[in-house]
Amino acid sequence: MKIDTRYFGEMEIEEKEIIKFEQGLPGFIEEKKFVVIPFGDEETPLNILQSVSTPSLAFVIANPFLFFRNYEFDIPEAVTSQLQIKGEQEVAVFVILTVQDPFEKTTANLKAPIVINIEKGYGKQIVLNDEQYITKHTLLQESLNAVKGDR
Amino acid sequence: MLVLTRKPNESIQIGEEIEIKVLGIDGDQIKIGIDAPKNIDIHRKEIYLSIQDENNQASQTPSNLMETLKSVKKSK
Repeated sequence: MKIDTRYFGEMEIEEKEIIKFEQGLPGFIEEKKFVVIPFGDEETPLNILQSVSTPSLAFVIANPFLFFRNYEFDIPEAVTSQLQIKGEQEVAVFVILTVQDPFEKTTANLKAPIVINIEKGYGKQIVLNDEQYITKHTLLQESLNAVKGDR
Repeated sequence: MLVLTRKPNESIQIGEEIEIKVLGIDGDQIKIGIDAPKNIDIHRKEIYLSIQDENNQASQTPSNLMETLKSVKKSK
């Protein structure tokens, strides 16, 4: 099927790529279908979480473990049952970035990671009770090996 | 808004599946126990609002940063 996207124009996606967020996301509870689109080549740590139904709605997401080496949390049992997770090989974790200008000020929301069952195509943004995590963690500068683009 | 008065160890039943119980009171803090089905998410409201707010901000990525984003690479 073809969808319109915020960053990549019109794209062809497979039905099986669609991740179902049955309760939407906080602030976007009507948005129940998303796709994860890699942002460029395999060297990129960034992905886009694009709404299937709303072209203008897309989030920049990242694998948090590339930026925050000590990040850890337990997925609550309620979530594993909602997402039908049977084993860790089914799980992908992303965090949403709030991109700022300049990029160095960009923050990651470690308080509310996105957990995806990549086998069955279910996803959810969960809220951690852990008080060490907040909604704005600055990306570790040393982990960003940013190539200076032609600005 | 429905307003009810409860004492410690008294409950409120909401529908068939949700029970909210006052477990104890300590000064200005009230300990509440909630029994609800697993598919119902329960959040501290101020935290949930902060997540909503952050998601709203995150959805507004300035488009002039796209080139910068493309240049971000995995560290070796």
